[in-house]
Amino acid sequence: MKKSHLPVKKSILSRALFTSAIIFSLCFVTSCSDDDEDPDPVVEEEVITTITVTLTSAGSPDIILESKDLDGDGPDAPVITVSGNLVANSTYAGSIELLNETESPAENITEEIEEKDEEHQFFFTPSGSVSGVTYTDQDGNGNPIGLSFSLTTGDAGSGALQITLRHEPKKPNDGSLNDAGGETDIAQNFSVTVE
Amino acid sequence: MRFYLVLIFTCVAGNTSFAQDCNSILFGEVIDFHDNTVLENATITITGKNLSTTSDEYGKFNFKTLCNGVIELEVSHPNCRTQFISIAINGNTYQKIRIEHHLEELNEVKVVGNEQKNTNSSQEEKLSKEDFEKSSGKSLGDALKNMTGVSSLNTGANVVKPVIQGLSGSRVLVINNNTRMQDMEWGQEHAPNIDINANQHISLIKGAAALEYGGDAIGGVIVLKPLPIARADSLYGKTQLNLFSNGRGGNISTSLTKSFESGFYLKAQGSLKRLGDIEAPEYILSNTGIKENGISLSAGKRDFVQGWEGYYSFFKTYIGILASSHIGNTDDLITAIESPTPLIINDFSYTIDKPSQEVTHHLAKLNYYRRFTGFGKLNVQYDFQNNRRFEFDRRIGDNADNASLDLKLSTHTVSSTIQLDSKKEFELKLGVLGRFQKNFANPETRVRRLIPDYNKYDFGAFVLGEFLMQPNLTIDAGIRYDFTRMNAKKFYRKSSWEERGYDEDFSQLIINDAGTQYLVNPIFDYHNVSAMTGLQYNLKENQTLKLNLSLAKRAPNPSELFSDGLHHSAARIELGDLRIKNESSRKISLSYELNSQKWGFVLAPYLNNIKNFILAEPNDLQFTIRGSFPVWSYRQTNALLLGTDFSLYNNWSSKIRTNHKFSYVKGTDESTNIPLINIPAANLNNSISYSNIKWNNFIVTLESQYVFEQKRFPPNITVFSPQEQREKELNINTPPPAYHLLSFDASSKFSIQKKNDLSIGLNITNITNTNYRDYLNRLRYFVNNQGRNISLRLIYNY
Repeated sequence: MKKSHLPVKKSILSRALFTSAIIFSLCFVTSCSDDDEDPDPVVEEEVITTITVTLTSAGSPDIILESKDLDGDGPDAPVITVSGNLVANSTYAGSIELLNETESPAENITEEIEEKDEEHQFFFTPSGSVSGVTYTDQDGNGNPIGLSFSLTTGDAGSGALQITLRHEPKKPNDGSLNDAGGETDIAQNFSVTVE
Repeated sequence: MRFYLVLIFTCVAGNTSFAQDCNSILFGEVIDFHDNTVLENATITITGKNLSTTSDEYGKFNFKTLCNGVIELEVSHPNCRTQFISIAINGNTYQKIRIEHHLEELNEVKVVGNEQKNTNSSQEEKLSKEDFEKSSGKSLGDALKNMTGVSSLNTGANVVKPVIQGLSGSRVLVINNNTRMQDMEWGQEHAPNIDINANQHISLIKGAAALEYGGDAIGGVIVLKPLPIARADSLYGKTQLNLFSNGRGGNISTSLTKSFESGFYLKAQGSLKRLGDIEAPEYILSNTGIKENGISLSAGKRDFVQGWEGYYSFFKTYIGILASSHIGNTDDLITAIESPTPLIINDFSYTIDKPSQEVTHHLAKLNYYRRFTGFGKLNVQYDFQNNRRFEFDRRIGDNADNASLDLKLSTHTVSSTIQLDSKKEFELKLGVLGRFQKNFANPETRVRRLIPDYNKYDFGAFVLGEFLMQPNLTIDAGIRYDFTRMNAKKFYRKSSWEERGYDEDFSQLIINDAGTQYLVNPIFDYHNVSAMTGLQYNLKENQTLKLNLSLAKRAPNPSELFSDGLHHSAARIELGDLRIKNESSRKISLSYELNSQKWGFVLAPYLNNIKNFILAEPNDLQFTIRGSFPVWSYRQTNALLLGTDFSLYNNWSSKIRTNHKFSYVKGTDESTNIPLINIPAANLNNSISYSNIKWNNFIVTLESQYVFEQKRFPPNITVFSPQEQREKELNINTPPPAYHLLSFDASSKFSIQKKNDLSIGLNITNITNTNYRDYLNRLRYFVNNQGRNISLRLIYNY
């Protein structure tokens, strides 16, 4: 009785293996023939690579503060340049331009901020010899935007200007980043010398 | 063969002779279909004559003074399905009767208390029906937390990843109705896409011993199976409704089963869940609602000899991610960590806004099995899964409604197992598996892909054996081989490519230079050999000792290899590494178990030594125009996890019972001797329950859960805060303090149409509305956990 089962076993086993083999080969044939095309590169949007702050004051040369980060979230840190020193105890008119330089020609993001000015606000944190910043523009609701501003310098020395762009902040707010909330699109710190 | 000859002979003879000779004797033998062993104590009755006898120890029986002609026998045996057999009596007749004694295909008749386990020697736990019903409105991760040694890695209340003995993600396999879930388990904020109401039989294997399901279960395996379907003409259903005060919503789940005596069945199940914003004790957790739908359909036929099943399930979940957790950069993270209350608190709402996740999962499978007499059982299965994940962020402009992450993962799997169980002393199981998986990352998101397009090929084969050495000693052993080929196509920024040093090691992988980035085609092969062995030794009638040794290997997942860039919603840069190799775990687990009417316990210590353990930690900062971001880099090290699970119960009287559970795990990076990140804190759980059957099966339970503070964690990182113009410590790793929670549950059963067909329960979690944060909740930087939640459940069986 026992012996008679042996050939049965074998045939079952081989049948099972055969069936499995067919199924597997089918599976692999279909998958291998799946010759994939190369993926398309992602066209990134909402990228701001460059912030250019122009400070003008009658009688002294324009000062350009710029931060440029062409690899976006990549490992390269932004390149920050300050074109010159500020003059002590003066008032500068400031304006901001934002660009996406990963596209050619560069896309002007400033216009997007202007269109949706109620959803955006720049915050300025002056320190050291940069004594103060006041807004000189308003959105439709009479709240500040910060694309234009006025900057005053104190006595000669070193100073810094931290510029933060928030989108969807609470508006109006008390002028502090904590109160404003929202999300940070730009946060750059410019070290300057006032002489 | 002899049996068939006898049968043919008797049939032919039966048709030709009708002489009224009533001195014939029927000699019979009852044997097991399955392994040809004789069956004692089978009851054999001649229908219509009230003549009855039982088989002796050799399976033999006889009836004397039978008249020639056709008679019908009714053959029954404990644990077997009753069979009716027609026999032609023509003189002294011999009849062999085969009945089915092994009943795993006919689960409904199985003896209670003899629960079939997935492994012999491994630490294994099953979710009781009561615990399941209490968890029906929750996620799989929350339901599993009823088990000792299981915790969860959360992103809020609705994204819950199970953590088994300190390990989660790709180290935990989820087997849904015999199909391994393929649902992007690599992401920390990706929960299993499972409706627990679809497959309500839930068990958990701690560790890699269940080689049948995969060789890479370094953490463990969660096995979800459908409830067994009775083989009888019947139509029945179950509906459960849960209502929750916290989130102000609930869920409803209904299943309907039509079964037939022939073994054919049809089953449909559906569930629906809606919750609004979850509430912490002192504020609303804005944008934490959930909408979830699940449908499952199955049809099949289960017979002893063969059977098939077609199964389809659909799961869709739409989950809001806490509004205040969406942050811009390190400064925002510092602000959020230091703020005692979240920065965004809106009024309660059911609306799910951005950030959010929307995931759909389709699973379809076809399964066929056939059993061969005296040999075993062959099982063949094909399954297809399609997982689509959208993650939405708050965006501006034309892309405001465009997802930031859009991945489509399709998987085809063919598998076959052969189970050789005809011998009493041993059982062998062999299996092979082939799998093809394709991931597509949609570039239309206009956000750089976090996970690239890839094709993955898997092949696996295993042999498992279980040997009964002595009546009280069973040994099991198994070996498995898995091959994985990962073929990905990914764009790397040239700056990233060089910064990672890939230009030196992997320059041959570049297939296209696309200006600022390279298109790269890594094809990596991984060979994994996994093995396990163990024993189960019954010391005395009620004491069991189990020892299990396992070696498991896991190939790196796409996230560990390819992550490269900013994870927007988490405000962190994640960096995988192409150099990552497979990790391998060697685990020893021991369990000593005592079970008696009065009391019982399980003590289960384990040691898991993982070579080339893959982990991600915050280790650096990266500067961009948006400020700086913490960088989480994947690296490999040797890790040691040492822990123990302990549970104890005592029946103080027939009505009062207490349960006690404790689990502790210590994880160390052996190369640096620094604690591992995200290891759950020790926790102690005590409960007391009172039950009284006379009062409509009334059960009331009070439970206390104490979670210790995790004192072992990797150091924080120091960052420069431009806002404060100074270096400061970012408390990104510091665990929150210990906490204690109380919960309450009461339930009763009532009889409407059938006995105990209606069950009503009341459950309160976090009774004292305690403010607390959990170390393994990614939102702990921003908000407290859920406050008090009162829920009502109604279960109706019909």
